[in-house]
Amino acid sequence: MKDYLAETASQTAGPYVHIGLAPQAAGFNIFEKNFSHVLTNSHTQGERIIVEGRVFDGSGTPVRDVLLEVWQANAAGRYNHPADQQSHKELDEDFRGWGRSCSDFDSGVWRFDTIKPGAVTGRDGRTMAPHLNLWIVARGINIGLNTRMYFSDEQTANESDPVLNLIEWEVRRNTLIGKRSMRGDEVVYTFDVYLQGERETVFFDV
Amino acid sequence: MSQIWKPSELVHRDYDSHPPAYAPGYKTSVLRSPRNALISLQNSLSEITGPIFGAKDLDPLDNDLIMNYAKDGLPIGERIIVHGYVRDGFGRPMKNTLVEVWQANAGGRYRHKKDKYLAPIDPNFGGCGRVLTDENGYYFFRTIKPGPYPWRNQASDWRPSHIHFSLSGESFAQRLITQMYFEGDPLIKQCPIVKTINNDDAIRTLIAELDTHAAVPLDCLAYRFDLVLRGHRATLFENRTQGAV
Repeated sequence: MKDYLAETASQTAGPYVHIGLAPQAAGFNIFEKNFSHVLTNSHTQGERIIVEGRVFDGSGTPVRDVLLEVWQANAAGRYNHPADQQSHKELDEDFRGWGRSCSDFDSGVWRFDTIKPGAVTGRDGRTMAPHLNLWIVARGINIGLNTRMYFSDEQTANESDPVLNLIEWEVRRNTLIGKRSMRGDEVVYTFDVYLQGERETVFFDV
Repeated sequence: MSQIWKPSELVHRDYDSHPPAYAPGYKTSVLRSPRNALISLQNSLSEITGPIFGAKDLDPLDNDLIMNYAKDGLPIGERIIVHGYVRDGFGRPMKNTLVEVWQANAGGRYRHKKDKYLAPIDPNFGGCGRVLTDENGYYFFRTIKPGPYPWRNQASDWRPSHIHFSLSGESFAQRLITQMYFEGDPLIKQCPIVKTINNDDAIRTLIAELDTHAAVPLDCLAYRFDLVLRGHRATLFENRTQGAV
């Protein structure tokens, strides 16, 4: 391609990704300010939810050294980014919309403490169902995997979502639905990711 | 931010310049690679936006790995500066991009509770740092050159000296993790992780060059490492009829 520079090649994040991206998980304190899996503060608007799950490899074994990042809209359905020009929706100064989570080294469970996003306008003015954008890296993953989590209690919106409807194998759409449940008074969405095999999660080239 | 942003799509990722998910020479990839094809999306707001970071997210010493974990002295090893530019595919500077790095110490030992390699921890070296690119897309940090490192792939495999890099870009679709290698290291051409990339030009872009012009005399050497993220293309026409909103 004329005068277009090739993107720098990806490489695996490796087993010690925590050192750089979450040093406390690696076992030491170095930065005064740390990124975390908690996206909210006490002023953030919206319904508090916990999103958690595990990532499984092709043998069904939990991946215990995985790192996930989430990127999502606020409760009104607007991203905290200048390219989001949905001006009829309010920005929430107390919500960046991004977080980073490491799986537990023993159980493999990862978790985000966040809010349920509103619906975002997609291409050609079509509304996308509420969703989280997830990015997954780990040892053995050569290039970060992109996927989305949709919400089990948004069935009507999910049925008309333009991205879910791009997946011609209807049976695979279900791999992107986080299941809502209550744990005490907490709302929990469980989202397990299968890297390979019969229940393989849908991954996107974005 | 002073820049005027318009929603615009990214140039499609060229998978020929990246490793495939399934690369059996790197054994862990065998069970951690999807068997189905990725499903390609046309970008929406979800992909062309991403987290914005600012100076308030960082501390002043975060880009100085020589000093940011020094307890009772300086870390042991080759003192180096690593610096360069982050651009997009069109050559435009990637401003305000979060660059995060992590690495082993001079002996190839990581400060991580899962690393059991017998080379010792350096009490004055942590091994991670971060910095935001400036208005020109420029970044720099100072560190100790990492040592090679043995790992369980084939029993005799050793990683070349390397520094892990993570870049945020301007949008979530630009998110990238890679590794930087050092010019002249004979382990590069033997490494199963390097060789997941089936493209010599792409491998060359991961090798930092010795940059004696940027070295500080009687203090430290320097390496130059530039990175490229996917470009945002201009949206020149939209499929919109006269009078439509």
